Amino acid sequence: MNAIETKKLTKYYGKSRGIIDVDLSVSKGDFFGFIGPNGAGKSTTIRTLLGLISATSGEAFIFGMNAKTQRNEILSKVGYLPSETNFYDGMKVKDILELSANLRKMDCKAESKILCDRLELDINRKVGDLSFGNRKKVGIVCALQHNPELYILDEPTSGLDPLMQREFYSILKERNENGATVFLSSHVLSEVGRYCKHAAVIREGKILVSDSVDKLGHTGVKRVSLRGIDSIPYMDNVKDVKVENDTVNFLYSGKANELLKELSKLSFDDLTITDPDLEEVFMHFYTREGK
Amino acid sequence: MTVFFHELKRNRIALIVWTAAICFMLGVCVLIYPEMESQMGEISEMFADMGNFSAAFGMDQINFGEFMGYFGVECGNVLGLGGAFFAAILGISALAKEEKDRTAEFLLTHPISRKRIITEKYLYVIAQILILNIVVILVTAGCIFVIGEKADFGKIAMLILAYLILQIEIASISFGISAFLKRGGLAIGLGFAIMSYFLNILSNLTEDAKFIKYITPFGYTDSSYILTNGSIEVKYIITGLIFTVLGIAIAYYEYTKKDIS
Repeated sequence: MNAIETKKLTKYYGKSRGIIDVDLSVSKGDFFGFIGPNGAGKSTTIRTLLGLISATSGEAFIFGMNAKTQRNEILSKVGYLPSETNFYDGMKVKDILELSANLRKMDCKAESKILCDRLELDINRKVGDLSFGNRKKVGIVCALQHNPELYILDEPTSGLDPLMQREFYSILKERNENGATVFLSSHVLSEVGRYCKHAAVIREGKILVSDSVDKLGHTGVKRVSLRGIDSIPYMDNVKDVKVENDTVNFLYSGKANELLKELSKLSFDDLTITDPDLEEVFMHFYTREGK
Repeated sequence: MTVFFHELKRNRIALIVWTAAICFMLGVCVLIYPEMESQMGEISEMFADMGNFSAAFGMDQINFGEFMGYFGVECGNVLGLGGAFFAAILGISALAKEEKDRTAEFLLTHPISRKRIITEKYLYVIAQILILNIVVILVTAGCIFVIGEKADFGKIAMLILAYLILQIEIASISFGISAFLKRGGLAIGLGFAIMSYFLNILSNLTEDAKFIKYITPFGYTDSSYILTNGSIEVKYIITGLIFTVLGIAIAYYEYTKKDIS
């Protein structure tokens, strides 16, 4: 039985597209990344899984339970972090955390304390006065304090500083190692590449590809940027060459040592090699599909 | 009952302010009666002689010169309008405010069914209305005791009961509307309450518009009828009860299947 399973899940908002024929399967114990640009349908998929909206057609199952009819049973096993965390103004952080626990009829005080300490969250402040990042932390504690079996996290790290992101992911990894399933949406490819085992790419409401991260993120493609040079000689496996002032920029999909061999023949001031951003991975998919 | 108590706690200040305001105005009306009584004879005649205007506010059938008549009109204005506004605001915001304040996502992703949320929220609306009315009854009774005026408490109770039912009806209909809203509907709620009030005035003006009393809840809070007969007009209250039940039913029907944005 899979933690998440959708079959031809489709959602239209009136006539405008939400998602079309989304087939996802996330097995228990997975660390799954759901990648796509804004408006691609990530949140729509997640909100359908949680029963906030009902699908136009198709079905969604969480631990084998129907998202439409068994919402309560599902929600008691899920910890959800929305992309925009909003709480009741005027309430203190600790009151929000307690309210969330009460709505689950659980006592989460001990776990909540540990999480707040790790995330450096002051529970005596009012949620209305918090910055975006700190509100996010409140959402994280709400999603994590009851030790759910499945974490559904919608763009969890937006607004968090890099140190907090790292702490957050290390908590998630611990939970994952203890058997919980993590499903998160993101448009930051690097974090998906670093932490997720499997990932799916969604674009314009449709799943483009769903595979293990090794195959997806580490396609071997790198974005190479050279400063202090105005052109490069012909090389194999080079695509999308851009020249701006004294910088040359290109995508490289060959072997790393061959790239270094070629580069060593050139003279330039500075060099950066990064994972391509999401847009470029998409392009990579398009060209691959085009062939 | 987490949602119920959460709502009560969150809205306690609004409840206190509304209760205090209505009690204060109604209390003052009662307390100044002895001073006005001496001048009431003339005023009463004057009020009764203003033709349509008197009819519109039901003052042609009421003796403004007696305490009960005076109280009936004042109670109608203060508790009737004030209570209607309060009930409309409560009802219209109960469900809609979660989406307006973007807290719906938080609330509805906890393992609590939407039916349960609707039930607890509706109970909270009714509880607030009851609290307000109980305090109003106590304060009014206290004020009447202070001025030592002879009052028919049975009729006063009937009057306040009529306004209580009116508030519950307005709150229930607003609650039903609230289920459809994605943003706050304060204007819709208040507009609905005001319209109900003016529809009743219209229905007092001409016999042809009498049927409107079946529609507006103010139809069965007519103080001249209640004070004359000591009871509430049954035919108008039946439609009121139907609207109340409809409002609640629609809230359940719509909100349990609603897409939350």
